Amino acid sequence: MNKNTDLFAAFFRVGMLGFGGGPSAIPLFEQEAVKKYKWMTSDEFGDTLALANTMPGPLATKMAGYIGYRVNGVTGCLVALLASVVPTVLMMIILLGVLQQYKDVAWVDGMSEAVVPVVGVMLAILTLDFLKKSGDSLGWMRAVIYTVISVILMEVAGVHPAVLIVAILVIVFLPFRKEGEPK
Amino acid sequence: MIYWQIFMAFFIPGILGYGGGPASIPLVEKEVVDRYGWMTTQEFGEVLALGNALPGPVATKMAGYIGYTEGGILGSAVALFASVAPSLILMIGLMVTLLKYKDSPKVKNITKMIRPVIAVLLGAMALQFFMTSYETSGSIQTVVLIAISYWLLEIRKMHPAYVILMALAYGALTGFF
Repeated sequence: MNKNTDLFAAFFRVGMLGFGGGPSAIPLFEQEAVKKYKWMTSDEFGDTLALANTMPGPLATKMAGYIGYRVNGVTGCLVALLASVVPTVLMMIILLGVLQQYKDVAWVDGMSEAVVPVVGVMLAILTLDFLKKSGDSLGWMRAVIYTVISVILMEVAGVHPAVLIVAILVIVFLPFRKEGEPK
Repeated sequence: MIYWQIFMAFFIPGILGYGGGPASIPLVEKEVVDRYGWMTTQEFGEVLALGNALPGPVATKMAGYIGYTEGGILGSAVALFASVAPSLILMIGLMVTLLKYKDSPKVKNITKMIRPVIAVLLGAMALQFFMTSYETSGSIQTVVLIAISYWLLEIRKMHPAYVILMALAYGALTGFF
């Protein structure tokens, strides 16, 4: 049951170190699933992240549940979910029961504030990784064009990322391209 | 029946909330405060404040805690199940289908074309974190923390866990003085 121990350890760490909710834990997921345990390549991680972003619901549990499922089936999925959810829910229930005024304590505020820029740096590093890989696989011209288009659509025009990702899926699968000719 | 209500209260935000847990918080508030009246807006705000200060996914902390106050341990389990299971099952189903065709040139194209989109998404999140930090901690502290954590992560190649723990320790200290 080594796999389950690994899964538990990985997602427990992600859960306990991820401040600011699931999306801010993305670099931590990458660290565990790609770099440390090599459960998936960084491309597969990108695809998983894209799909998770396209679907509704909490991001962290979709990532943990799917990676767990991939590594060790339904058991793995449950282990990963328990590890990422239960410890923090317990903390929440116990802390709210014991001391309601905890949230105003200055050192707790200080902790969650100091972590914000660090998460920013981790996200920026991942961003560069994905840009570099785009350049390698698409060629820099196309990579830059696609990136600029994404920026314009999502950040300027305010198109929801899910819409953009679904649009890419449709474009790729629509049978109007040359490669769709009979084999 | 309370468990059915708990299920519905967290099932709906889980299905409608795009952009991860934090984005679904207003939907949770709508169910918990407006529809079922389990807590006031004020109480909800207090629970959310603590939920934000603690590590881990926000949506499940809220679901687990509110489910617990309304229906005990079983209520907590029902709320967690409702917020996690539907989207996760969908996710696994789609990924399994996609992986079946992972050698087809079309699926490979998806990977390539989606990469810049993911890069932009992550980059936008990074910026958002920097802006939040600038607003809450000021520019000097933000720049110093960015510089040090970049140095530790990229040049010293330190494990992110240690960098985060150091930031937490530093943040706790600034709260004392």
